Order: sequence, then C-alpha cells, then structure tokens
Amino acid sequence: MKYADEFRDKEIALGLAKAIRAEADPQKPYRFMEFCGGHTHAISRYGLEDMLPRNVRMIHGPGCPVCVLPAGRIDMAIRLAMRPDIILCVYGDLMRVPGSQGASLLKAKARGADIRMVYSTIDVIRVAEDNPGSEVVFFAIGFETTTPPTAVMIRLAERKQLENFSVFCNHVLTPPAMQNILESPEIRNIGRVEIDGFVGPAHVSTIIGTAPYEFFAEEFGKPVVIAGFEPLDMMQAILMLMRQVNENRHEVENQYSRAVNRDGNLRAKEEVSDIFELRDQFEWRGLGQVPYSGLKLKRAYAKYDAEVRFDMHELRVDDNPACECGAILRGVKKPVDCKLFGTVCTPETPMGSCMVSSEGACAAHWTYGRFRDHQQRRAS
Amino acid sequence: MKAYQRKLDIRNGCVDLSHGSGGRAMAQLISGLFHEAFGNEWLARGNDQSAFDVGAGRMVMTTDGYVVSPLFFPGGNIGSLAVHGTVNDIAMAGARPLYLSASFIIEEGFRFADLKLIAESMGEAARDAGVHIITGDTKVVERGKADGLFISTAGVGVVPHGLDLSAENARAGDRVLISGTLGDHGVAIMSKRQNLAFETEIVSDSAALNDLVAKMVEAGGRGIRLMRDPTRGGLAATLNEIARQSDLGFHLREEAIPVKPGVAAACELLGLDPLHVANEGKLVAIVAPELAGAVLAAMRAHPLGRDAAEIGEAVADDHHFVQMATSFGGGRIVDWLSGEQLPRIC
Repeated sequence: MKYADEFRDKEIALGLAKAIRAEADPQKPYRFMEFCGGHTHAISRYGLEDMLPRNVRMIHGPGCPVCVLPAGRIDMAIRLAMRPDIILCVYGDLMRVPGSQGASLLKAKARGADIRMVYSTIDVIRVAEDNPGSEVVFFAIGFETTTPPTAVMIRLAERKQLENFSVFCNHVLTPPAMQNILESPEIRNIGRVEIDGFVGPAHVSTIIGTAPYEFFAEEFGKPVVIAGFEPLDMMQAILMLMRQVNENRHEVENQYSRAVNRDGNLRAKEEVSDIFELRDQFEWRGLGQVPYSGLKLKRAYAKYDAEVRFDMHELRVDDNPACECGAILRGVKKPVDCKLFGTVCTPETPMGSCMVSSEGACAAHWTYGRFRDHQQRRAS
Repeated sequence: MKAYQRKLDIRNGCVDLSHGSGGRAMAQLISGLFHEAFGNEWLARGNDQSAFDVGAGRMVMTTDGYVVSPLFFPGGNIGSLAVHGTVNDIAMAGARPLYLSASFIIEEGFRFADLKLIAESMGEAARDAGVHIITGDTKVVERGKADGLFISTAGVGVVPHGLDLSAENARAGDRVLISGTLGDHGVAIMSKRQNLAFETEIVSDSAALNDLVAKMVEAGGRGIRLMRDPTRGGLAATLNEIARQSDLGFHLREEAIPVKPGVAAACELLGLDPLHVANEGKLVAIVAPELAGAVLAAMRAHPLGRDAAEIGEAVADDHHFVQMATSFGGGRIVDWLSGEQLPRIC
C-alpha cells in the first residue's frame, strides 16, 4: 500500500529500536504521554511496547473524542433521538458509548429511534435533503481535525437553505486538555505521575499547526513532538523526545513535517473561527470541567445549533464509582489497575469510556496487549 | 378445456401476493422460474419433498440463512452466495456435498427479472459445485416486511469413513494454513453499500470450496485436524473459536497472511482490520506438522488455493490467546471482533 507501507518498514523499525536503546540512559525513566487515541491504537496494534527499553513507558492520554464524551451528553443525544420527528446522524464509534444506566444510541435505535451511522458530514446533508419532513441532527464530536468538516457542512446547509438541519456540537480542543492534565494536583503537586514529554497528534496540527504548543512547552518545561500515526512515526517521535530529555531541552519539534507546519491550515482555522466560539467550560469524561476546552456555534448560527433549536438541557451523570477511567486518562493508573477491567468491563459491555472505542486505553490494551499481563505474571 | 394462463412477464413484471398464495400464480412462478433455473430430475417430479439414495459414509447436514445487502455485489449475488455458503459448510467436514434445499421469502414488488437472475446464478453455482437443489419453498410477504429477498438453505453431504474433522483434534505444534487472501468479500460488499460512495475493484471471493477440500483430503487425510471457512468475524473469529474449542492458543505471523493491496487499502480507509472482515471462498485448515507441506502444495495446485499460505501454528495456552508477531516487529493479540464492525473516526 503506497504511502503507508513505507512507514511500517520492519528494517527501519529495527534500526530505530536500536537507536532508542542507544539513546536510553538506564538510570533514567522516560515517561511520555501520547495524547491521541490514534497513537494509542498504533502502539498497541503494531506491538511497539515490545520494541522499547523497559525504562521507556508510554502513558495513554485522553485524546479519543469518543472516550472523553461525558455520559450526560450521550443521554442528551438519546433523549433527542427518541423524539419521533428527529433523525440523528452519528459517526459509528458513538453507537456503543455508554450513557447512564447502560443506555446507548445502539439500544435507543433498537427501541425505535431513527439513528443513522454516517462516514462523513456530506452524508448528513444528503439525509437532510432526502427527509424534508424530519429534523436531521448531526451529533458532532472530535478534536480540531473533525471541526472543519462540521464547519463546511454548516456552510453547505446555509447555501442549500436547508431548514431541517442542525448540529449537536461536542467539538473539543487539544491544548487546554493537555494543560489541564499537567495542572491536575496529582501531577503538579504530589508528583504521583511524572510526564517527561508529550507526543502531539499530527492530524490536529495539520489544522492548528505546531505554534499552539510553544507556550505549553515553555510554561511547563516539557518537550512536545508532533508525530504521525504510522508506527515508524511513533518510534521516531519517541527517539526525538528522548534526545530532548537527555539534552535538557523542552521544545516543540515536528516529526510530521510531511503535512504539518507551524501555522497550520489557515483556511480551515478561519472557517472554524467564523462559525464556532469557545465555551467557558466543557465537561470531559475523566477530567471533569475543563475551562475553554469546548466549542459551540456562534449566535449568528443559532438556528443550526441543536441545543438552542430543541431547547436541550444539560444533563450531568456521575460515572460508575469503581471506574478508573479518569485516572487512566490522566496517566495516573494503568488499565489493569482498575477492578472493572476485563471483568465486568470489556469491549462487548463497556462500563467506562476507555473501553468503548478501539482508541481508548483500556480497549487497546484488552484487544491487543493483554497477553503481556499473563507473561509478566508468569515472569514474576 | 385447458385454462389459459398468461406467461410470466419476466422483463417487466414483479412478484405480488398471489405468487405466495398457493394458487396457479405460485405454481407458475415455481415451474416457470425456479425449476427452469435449477433443472433436475427431483424437482421435475413436483413432490413436496425429494427422496434420494445415500452412498457409504456418515451424513452431514447444515442450514443457513442469507440476508445480504445489496443483493447483487461484485463477484456474485445472494443466490450464488447461498449455494457457495451452504456447500462450504458441508465441505468443511471433509464431506462431499450432495443435495440442497432453498426457501425463498420474497417481498411483494420484487422484480421477476432480478429473481430470475438470482435463481439462474444459484442453478449455475450448484452445477459448478456438483450439487442439486432438490426441494424448495416460496413465500411472499407484504411490501416493507422483507428487504427484497431472503433465502434459507439446508444441505446434506457424505463424509468418507475414517475422516472426523473437529476442533478437539488439534494439537500444539499443528500448522495453520489459509487458502488465500483475506477480506475480499466483506470489502466488496461494503464498497457497494449505498451510504458508502467508495469505488474499488475488489470482487467477492464467493466460491464453492468442495473440490479444493477433496484435493486437500487426498493429500493430507487424517493429518487434517479440522477446517473452517472464516466468514463473519473473519479469520480472527474463526481462530479464537478454534482456540477455545481445542483448548489451545495460536501464534501467527502477520507477514505470512495474504491480503490483497486493494483490500488492505480499503480497510485502512475504513478503519477495519482485514482479519475481522468476512470471506466467502476461503478456508482455514489446522494440519499436523508433518503433513502441512503436502497439504499446502495440494492447495496451491488448485485454482482456489493459488495464494494459500502457512500463517502460524497452534501452541499450548490456557488463556487461548491468538497472538501475532506483527510485520513491524512487535507482538499483539488477534481478538474477536467486538460489536459491529464500525469504523474509527479519526
């Protein structure tokens, strides 16, 4: 497969693994958080853990938009979808995300809600055009990468004068969440978790560029490497982070130079800032309320804002008290530290958000890596 | 005086409720369309059942339902798929498939022309596989009560004495053989789903495997522990199922697993794993190590096994893990597919 196989080459991987081993100071721990679920998935799927020295540990961050969506927002969507005049369009990953009391969009669909899985925002416009008698609502989720397509869709609806279309906006931002993790008391004060650097998501940076991380690297003194999602990208980013740590640098470096620059996609940023504005607060599953981390539609676009249009009320739902997703998302705990992991919480019956999408830390470990737990137990 | 009956207007007509009501219209549909397509001595006798002789050996029986959407896809349609699927279920026992039944649940308004095409490809698939469709049934339901057409089948075959393929036969050290590239059928279907405007040249691998199986049994005999066709849930589901039933684990080598570049690219785009995608013309065989070479050679000599490969081996493992050395150099589990096969969004 062109443009993919080149970044999965075993020989180059072995070379990089060797360079990483040579770079690793055995006296030093290297704890890097890969923010994005796409990275978590790549690490697990290609078995990268097996190729890193023991003192290099990857902490799986909160960058899976499905995982961080709070149960209350799912409940809000379900409540809306149960209205007979509504067609709710969603990305497939959202179908099984647990709301409160075991509810999910998949179950709501079985009970009669008209919920359609879509692959792109263009599909939503088509559904709206084909069903003029229904209200078509797009359940928009995702980070900076998926926000521009939502903006384009709103523009298109405007141009086509679609009167039956709106967006339930749940778009969130990467830098405020990273900042929130570093400012959380267990990391900043108690020092329970040390994070020595971050792997930043390349797809987000194709939009926002690398510049937004500069303040962050400076302020917190942590290196950031923006990396692609192929396994070789990951290995190279890890090596770059190790070099920064060893040389006491904390800079923003760009591993994904094939698509990312400092300023990002100006056109996309412009579209997004035309249509969206910051919310004062947005709730993240596992992180709680994070200031200025979510987007909503500007007042000028209120007629496309499902929350306004259908007078949707914010619902708050507490997570299962035994669920450790919050601590896992902040890198404080590992999936196996959770009592629910692999017992009542599996990809078939996810209790917490990390088990829902294959990009979640728990699902990735369960699906690809749990054999290592048994190997380790046997070894000890 | 013989009652006049207008001929079926195959080109423009469609099925209505009278074609399922037991009257003349139904008789006309059955004789004019299905008998024509399946043409054999058993159907010609027009009984409610068919009697047949069985040779020496144990009988195997299977049943299956077909609800594929779309009904027509690159490389086949629901009719050929129904024959291939049923034949393969029988063949996986090492058996020679003999007779099939076919029951049609048709939605009012279904076009005769489509029904004819489907029946004809069933007839053709049956002839190619050396089996006969010897009994059937037709029901018509109101518009909206079925998605065009559903087909249920049953099949019987005979397995030679001394051959008993079953998961509990597998032993640590046995080799895992696969008859060809993975994921072709699932990707061909997905590329045609209406909400997925995705153009690809991938053609379904839908095929009857009984002849390939016969050649393998000839080469490997009782060295073949068991065979399965990795349909829904793909190779991953099949091997996890075998691991559990045989109380073993598996070690696979990703590099050895054949996947067409187009299928790999489509899966990449849709966020799917080819190991989870359905096949309709492939088989997995667990074979004793000393006979693996001979069986693999027999597979490769057959047109349906040209891309056959040895992809791993069975190992002792209480946890029944299917593990894989990734082509990148790490290790991972190949787990069951969880839930429906849904794409990742970013």
